[in-house]
Amino acid sequence: MKLSIQVNEGPFQHQASDTAYFFTKAALDAGHEIFRVFFYHDGVQNGTRYTTPPQDDRNVVNRWSELAEAHKLDLVICVAAAQRRGIVDEGEQERNGKDGNNIADGFRISGLGQLIEAGIQSDRLVVFGD
Amino acid sequence: MTMLHTVNKSPFEKDSLNSCLRLSKDGSSIILIEDGIYAALEGTVISDSVKDAMKTKKVYALQDDINARGVKGKVMDGVELVDYAGFVTLVTEHDNVQSWV
Amino acid sequence: MSTTKKFLYVNRRAPYGTIYAWESLEVILIGAAFEQDVALAFVDDGVYQLTKGHDTAGIGMKNFSPTYAALGDFEVNKIYIEKESLEARGLTLDDLQHLVWEDEDEDWAEKDSIKVVTSAELADLMGEQDVVLSF
Repeated sequence: MKLSIQVNEGPFQHQASDTAYFFTKAALDAGHEIFRVFFYHDGVQNGTRYTTPPQDDRNVVNRWSELAEAHKLDLVICVAAAQRRGIVDEGEQERNGKDGNNIADGFRISGLGQLIEAGIQSDRLVVFGD
Repeated sequence: MTMLHTVNKSPFEKDSLNSCLRLSKDGSSIILIEDGIYAALEGTVISDSVKDAMKTKKVYALQDDINARGVKGKVMDGVELVDYAGFVTLVTEHDNVQSWV
Repeated sequence: MSTTKKFLYVNRRAPYGTIYAWESLEVILIGAAFEQDVALAFVDDGVYQLTKGHDTAGIGMKNFSPTYAALGDFEVNKIYIEKESLEARGLTLDDLQHLVWEDEDEDWAEKDSIKVVTSAELADLMGEQDVVLSF
């Protein structure tokens, strides 16, 4: 099956991103296709490369980046939510006159249409939030 | 169509489980995840309402969330424990899925 | 041929205390361009999103409530409000915005977008959806 996932909360604050990660991994292990993982609301915070979690705890951001690389996942961060919360890629940095960018590997910033498209193109869309 | 409902908040913190029970059809399934697993436990003020729901709906709980919270021995009879692979299977085996956050 | 799916947006939270109400509207507005079969459900505190007379000046937030009135122009006209949620909060339809849409098939006749439904009716509707977005 073709599955998409929506993540509505940021790393560490809520378990949503963790559960979404393990769900996504299990789906891949079972041979399903992940069409897209879409990060909305505070979920966009999963896409900053500047987190430094304690060494003895999981690295939520890196875990997503590594899964994306291993399985060529499409991790999409909503542009409007990202602008509000300061998740920036090179394009947004230039467009909005910021002095840097912070997007993590494997993530890309795009519009809400990508979420709707995921709903249309996938067999199931599962939401993880609070 | 048979729906899978996910509930991730504790029934003592939020009304999400209540709303899910009220708005899920007979024959649908509910999977308790994250803090939602507390609804699967015996001996709480809401255990009876969950037992009642189990007469017409299948209730599952994510084993790893139960283990994490140290309440393994308190899960009610009738609640089926699944792992993440089982969670994925439930999603694919049901026609649609709704998350009660 | 493009696919048409039934999309249901479920709103269960009050406005302003959190951003979910506003950001869900943003999805609904963008989603309107995709010509899917869209419905909105307002349940629990979500019914508070539609009350009349929001005045946000004192809390320094944008009053986004006029956006609900524009939904009809985006062909988002199936708006379901759970009766039990309204009653639990001592609200009636009179407390809420009157949302309408114009039916071009009937000479642009103005029609109500809002339907108050019972829990059982809403459960049936939810069960029929292809995609349910929860915020």
